[in-house]
Amino acid sequence: MAMDNEIKMNPYLPYPAVIDDIIVETEDGNLKTFRLVLEDEKDRENWNHTPGQFAMLSIAGKGEIPIGIASSPTEKGSLLFTVNRAGVVTTALHKMNKGDPIGVRGPLGNGFPVDSELRGKNIVIIAGGFAFTTLRATLIYMLEHRDRYGKITVIYGARTPGMLLYKEELKAWQSRGDLDVHITVDREAPGWDGLVGFVPTIAGQVRPSPENAAALICGPPIMIKFTMPPLEEAGWKDSQVYLSLENRMKCGIGICGHCNVGPVYVCKDGPVFTREEVQKLPVEF
Amino acid sequence: MSSVNEKIAGKIRSIASSLLESGEVAAFLGYTTGSLPGMMQPYVARDAKEAENLSWSSFCVINLANYLPALLKSFEPPRRPNEPPPEGPLPKVGVVATGCWSRNMVVQIQENQIDRNRVVIVGISSRGMVDRRKVQRFVGNREILSMEEQANFLVVKGKDFEEKINRWDVVRDNCKTCTHPDPVIYDELVGGLSGKRDIPDRFRQVDEIEALDIEERWKWFQEEISSCIRCYACRNVCPLCYCPTCFVDDSRPQWVGKSIDRVDTALFHILRAYHCAGRCTDCGSCESVCPMGIRMRLFTKKLQKDVLELYGFEPGLDVETPLPLSTYKVDDPEDFIITNIKKGDKK
Amino acid sequence: MKPLVVEKAQAEKWLEELCRVFDVFCPVKVKGDLYQWGRLGKKGLPRIPEGVPKTSIKTFFFPQPEVLFEFGARPGLKDAFRLKEPVCEKRPRLLFGVRPCDARSVVLNSMPYEEDPYFQKNRDETTIVGFLCKDGCSTCFCTWTGGSPLGMEGMDLAVVELEDGALFLEPITEKGLGLLEFDFFREPTEEEEVFVKGLREKVNKDAEETSSRLRSKGLMDLYNAPFWQEVSDACINCGTCTFLCPTCYCFDIQDETLRGKGRRIRYWDSCMFPLFTQHASGHNPRGDKLKRVRNRFMHKLKYFPDRFGPVSCVGCGRCVRDCPVNIDIRQVLARMLEV
Repeated sequence: MAMDNEIKMNPYLPYPAVIDDIIVETEDGNLKTFRLVLEDEKDRENWNHTPGQFAMLSIAGKGEIPIGIASSPTEKGSLLFTVNRAGVVTTALHKMNKGDPIGVRGPLGNGFPVDSELRGKNIVIIAGGFAFTTLRATLIYMLEHRDRYGKITVIYGARTPGMLLYKEELKAWQSRGDLDVHITVDREAPGWDGLVGFVPTIAGQVRPSPENAAALICGPPIMIKFTMPPLEEAGWKDSQVYLSLENRMKCGIGICGHCNVGPVYVCKDGPVFTREEVQKLPVEF
Repeated sequence: MSSVNEKIAGKIRSIASSLLESGEVAAFLGYTTGSLPGMMQPYVARDAKEAENLSWSSFCVINLANYLPALLKSFEPPRRPNEPPPEGPLPKVGVVATGCWSRNMVVQIQENQIDRNRVVIVGISSRGMVDRRKVQRFVGNREILSMEEQANFLVVKGKDFEEKINRWDVVRDNCKTCTHPDPVIYDELVGGLSGKRDIPDRFRQVDEIEALDIEERWKWFQEEISSCIRCYACRNVCPLCYCPTCFVDDSRPQWVGKSIDRVDTALFHILRAYHCAGRCTDCGSCESVCPMGIRMRLFTKKLQKDVLELYGFEPGLDVETPLPLSTYKVDDPEDFIITNIKKGDKK
Repeated sequence: MKPLVVEKAQAEKWLEELCRVFDVFCPVKVKGDLYQWGRLGKKGLPRIPEGVPKTSIKTFFFPQPEVLFEFGARPGLKDAFRLKEPVCEKRPRLLFGVRPCDARSVVLNSMPYEEDPYFQKNRDETTIVGFLCKDGCSTCFCTWTGGSPLGMEGMDLAVVELEDGALFLEPITEKGLGLLEFDFFREPTEEEEVFVKGLREKVNKDAEETSSRLRSKGLMDLYNAPFWQEVSDACINCGTCTFLCPTCYCFDIQDETLRGKGRRIRYWDSCMFPLFTQHASGHNPRGDKLKRVRNRFMHKLKYFPDRFGPVSCVGCGRCVRDCPVNIDIRQVLARMLEV
């Protein structure tokens, strides 16, 4: 009797889930979005997350891997994870099929403060490559609660048109009147009539106003590094900029010691930090 | 400190400080006195003032060749893994070397781990380094509070004892059977050379184990490694172990389990030893650093004996003779490749 | 709780009784000077060596490895690849002869492991009979880290060995009190009380409490201090310090499958190893030896105290004695305090 209770409380035990759908996102096939449905109805009902949080995907026999949750909590019933094939577990995941069992442990980490600091603010979302995932969750959430936020600007870039994630949604967002969307690719490409240029360059051209605003930036470290100067030039302060850090993680609950950046654990205290907070930490991410 | 060591230390300090002062080397790798009796710490002096901290004794048990590749690299401008090194001369490093350490440097030169032109080797003929564990056993495992080294004796003091120990009685097993105490390559020499030593029963420890029957030998091996905590000190201290990712750490594929398991531990030790075959100079660092007192040196000693018997080869004596196990000859025997599996025998 | 005394002859009988209920472990001589934690031998009272055994008691709370889950690994079978918590009926454990530093390590490790059901279950199932230190080793420095040779933190029952071999027993927890529910004991004499009190008074109470000083120092001042270069120069990045340390608790998790059976285990990992932080992309935030060495000391002496209060070190001296290259945490601590 007590046993059942304990199992539920074990923070290492994933919820059983099944793969409901698999979408190949990019032309190289290395990025796939997995739609997962928790098996137990109670688990589905109790599940709640904040955009920016992540979960451990568990494949028994292969291991676990931390992946940002790409769906918004407002998209009930299933969870989306966009996964880059890189290591042992993600390679195994990419070989899985619809209907295969999987485990989900989470939600973990803090997420973006969508219901506190970000409320009432103008929002600038800047993303590069496949780091767009949790920002998609954030954007969907904000669009669902559109009246809670001011102007929303999205700047998103990938190497090529074929490497952009969520292509259908991008189109839909671009045609909305209440969103300012800038999609860019690194180099000219056949059939591409959109923006061309690196994300930092486009950010400099868009030059979003820092007034009553917050910027949420996810992307490779090099992109973040070069995006900061144009923002700073436009008057942005580090405290207005939210970053999502990545580090190797194992437990996801601040114990195992793998993901620490100085005194903070990316898995537990993060992954979302303001740039102001990050600047006070050693560069160990 | 004995006057012998004091003389050597003084010479090392003066050579190091003039090399650093003149800018000939960017750093000098040697030893400094440790915080515990009978402990020396590998030390990098980066200027003439730091060179004053260099020291020498019978407790320099770690093969300094191990540090050389990384130390040399630290003075190169950063570059990507496959980028060639920059043009022009790169900063040099000075290093102290006894017989076996210098032989490992020879192997490192042969295996392209270090560039001979970038190291200034200060050779010292080794008198044999002392095994702290032997000293510990000698005093009945009582706690040692000080260890003073005289020419041929150690004076060991504890809370309520004082013992004078004949130095040679507590010298490491590998040093006792060492045939090449003199450095084989060097740019400067400290003290004299003592010549090649003739040790008729240098493989006695191996012979004893070989004399056991197969079950007993396996039992001996299992017992020897039973206390292994997989800290990899033996691997990390070894100048031969420089693979960027060791097979025990590899995850794709994963060859070895990661926690403590008898089979995994055995596999680690066997493979580690085999990787050293024909390259190991019996410097004894692996055994000296093992916190659990495992005598893994005997595994490599066995392979040293085999390589000597099969190829008539001793590693690291000169740069010209190729390493037998990384050299291909057209007339190499290949019967080990042939298996007895007939066609259609496959499961 | 009131102390009791057990005479040497009676103590053996007491231990026999305890063995009926508990799996009793104590420091066991393996070879030479090597003491490790092992099962209590057949008869008699074990001799508890001065100082600490080679290995720490963390293995009882944080086993190497711990099986987190088990699963069937034959595709197609019912419940294949479904994780289940392992079910094993274990007898309660009793650790006999734990030194104050090691006992305290369990309390410190409990802080990050507060929410960890495996650690906490192991803690619930283990009773600690501590032996207070009348004499230390030259490498002991518990008083620098907030402990004491006569400290009883983490113990269920504290023991002082009296001159005649009798044991002076002080129960600290209900668990400890439970161990005294036999009639082998008598009240201590006044002399015995005075003897124990005398030991307490001898402890250096002026020992410097370092954790508050470390907490007050700037994080990046310590991080950027120049001495890390020298500390890391000698380091060979092995796991000796972390694996012998009672308060190093980092782990990795991995799945293993063999002949249709699978298990998810966690096993000791070390921040000294390069792969500890390496991303799947190959990027390594602590790719340099210096960064790894610094992380270990900073974690113990700055990050941990900033988060939890005390330093994550009990001053047992294992790393001091067994670091192959003689990196001495006491010297590192002193240098950090100078910053």
